[in-house]
Amino acid sequence: MEYTAGSRTTETRYDDAIVKQFLIATVTWAVVGMLVGVWIALEIAYWPANLGLQWTTFGRLRPLHTNAVIFAFGGNICFTGIYYSMQRLLKTRMWNDTLSRLHFWGWQLVIVCAAVSLPLGLTQSKEYAELIWPIDILITLVWVIFAVNFFGTIAVRKVQHLYVAIWFYMSFVITIAVLHIVNSLAVPATFLRSYPIYAGLTDALVQWWYGHNAVGFFLTTPFLGLMYYFLPRIAERPVYSYRLSIIHFWALIFLYIWAGPHHLLYSSLPEWAQTLGMTFSIMLIAPSWGGMLNGLLTLRGAWDRVRTDPILKFLVVAVSFYGMSTFEGPMMSIRAVNSLSHYTNWTIGHVHSGTLGWNGMITFGIIYWLTPKLWNRPLAHPTWPTTHFWLATIGIVLYTVSMWAAGLTEGLQWRAFDAAGQLKYPNFVDIVHQLQPFYLLRLLGGLLYFTGVVMMAVNVFRTVAGPATAPAPAPAAAR
Amino acid sequence: MSNTPERGYTAAHRTLEGKSALFAVFTTVAILIGGIVEIIPLFSAKAGPEMLPGVHPYSALEVAGRDIYIREGCYTCHSQMIRPMRAEILRYGEWSRAGEYAFDHPFLLGSRRMGPDLQRVGGKYPDAWHYEHMRDPRSTSPGSVMPAYTWLLRQSYDPADIQASLRALKKVGVPYTDAEVAGAPAEMQAQAQAIVDRLKQAGIDATADREVVALIAYLQRLGKDGRAAIAAGETTRTGAGARTQ
Repeated sequence: MEYTAGSRTTETRYDDAIVKQFLIATVTWAVVGMLVGVWIALEIAYWPANLGLQWTTFGRLRPLHTNAVIFAFGGNICFTGIYYSMQRLLKTRMWNDTLSRLHFWGWQLVIVCAAVSLPLGLTQSKEYAELIWPIDILITLVWVIFAVNFFGTIAVRKVQHLYVAIWFYMSFVITIAVLHIVNSLAVPATFLRSYPIYAGLTDALVQWWYGHNAVGFFLTTPFLGLMYYFLPRIAERPVYSYRLSIIHFWALIFLYIWAGPHHLLYSSLPEWAQTLGMTFSIMLIAPSWGGMLNGLLTLRGAWDRVRTDPILKFLVVAVSFYGMSTFEGPMMSIRAVNSLSHYTNWTIGHVHSGTLGWNGMITFGIIYWLTPKLWNRPLAHPTWPTTHFWLATIGIVLYTVSMWAAGLTEGLQWRAFDAAGQLKYPNFVDIVHQLQPFYLLRLLGGLLYFTGVVMMAVNVFRTVAGPATAPAPAPAAAR
Repeated sequence: MSNTPERGYTAAHRTLEGKSALFAVFTTVAILIGGIVEIIPLFSAKAGPEMLPGVHPYSALEVAGRDIYIREGCYTCHSQMIRPMRAEILRYGEWSRAGEYAFDHPFLLGSRRMGPDLQRVGGKYPDAWHYEHMRDPRSTSPGSVMPAYTWLLRQSYDPADIQASLRALKKVGVPYTDAEVAGAPAEMQAQAQAIVDRLKQAGIDATADREVVALIAYLQRLGKDGRAAIAAGETTRTGAGARTQ
């Protein structure tokens, strides 16, 4: 276990208290965000599930679910991993402890503001950028605090070269700042309401430039950074290829930013912009799979351990889902495919194979690895992670397969013609009713996945609350 | 990391990894290029979205209704973008032109069709249909899975801050005149009363200050200007820069 670094004369103490705080926040918001996800999945299958209340309709809870899982669950695990790994990679404590605390509490304040304002219907309506303008300003302040601390830590580092994980973290810090500010530019009308400076399709393009790169730079690059730190550490193998990491890093961050217009195919956005979006989306397969291969091949020589170690299981499945969803995404960006998939549940399935599969699974692996290290004690329930792994894997399969089936069903029926050349299913509601079994199956998949997350939360909280072990853990204690 | 000796670009990259500020600059340049190339041209008349003369800004009541549409997250289930495909045109009507969105701050194209597209819903049903649909969606659309929005029938919109909304919209480029902003409360009341009168004829008692009235005004406006302009064949590219910004 490393708590200190540096030479005998200048010893560094890492700030692991902040890592623990972010980890606990990750686990807590995972339960909240995914519970809301299960609830709105129920609302889709059974409309009275909003209980007749205006604060709990799908229209208001859907943004709460997406914000909670992306920014609360996803954000907090990124910060957990970044604060843990960058201190060790740069052999220095975080530059300023006060900024670390402000970052932590500021970010949790943003999340609480979101959890209150979104059910009240206070929203700007832009997907993953719904929060009203005063909260947008708070986010900007917190992000600046994080960025100053991040670059400050880099400036006082005690190693010369920045490791590949740091490159990915850096692209995260810089790009999210640019995206958030440009997409949120608006003129306030009142304290609670504002109107964006862009109109119509220009607004739509700015939003999807933001929206797609929230996927690219919030759910991809920081997580790749986590992969580059934690996968080699956990597998105890060096990263497969240094060259590949250079090429796929620069190609990924350069290409990703162009992909936004694939969300607006067949709209009246100028044709040239749509074509650019589609072209760059297809090109993205190369750097995405470069990252996936670099991750999977890092496991060479460690595959026997995957059979027995649930943490490695989580990581392998995470990287595999990353590869699968970064193949599916470019495919859905092809105009002909998009004409079928757009507006359907296929998109929902695609997003969840990436988030549940890639972001979720890598997060669970890291949490199970970090918790015993940070609190210096074994997991309270050492066998539960394996059960969690299978619940999550079966849950994802049910989720994605049911959404593929639902998406294909509605996509094909919307465009089906009868022999006379008229719409075969002219009544929209008839098509909606065909989707009911798939919605129930998706609900089951989500419930399984959520059950695994609850098991993880109980395990982590009981571990943290339990007694610390002596420096050398008793070997027979867990039996 | 590989133990092979570093040559060429890997050696150069190793040097770059030691210069963190330069690394940050290169990263920033790499992530800016795509956005600049795709977004900046949209502000120009030549490369930007086409304009559609005859599309007018929303009235004060329609802006209030649109704010309710946003508050309720209607766009999470309903799109406002009909694609140029035969099946969509048969189901929903004329495909969506860029100029129809000229005054949409924010855009509300949507990304999911849990329910049907609403781009051409304006004028498709009487006001009373929408009122009943919000009260109980299954009364007008048998089998609908939309929840009831009964609170829209009880709650009142606040006419006091409509002028603040119009002033903000004016600042972002919607061409409201000062007289329109000044007369907004009265104009709002008149349009709402007309809807209430039509509801009355259908046997529905409502008051002009109810949220459902503003929402009906907005829904009945959707796609109307565009449909008329498309029928008149007035698509043009001129002046796009001024309108899309």
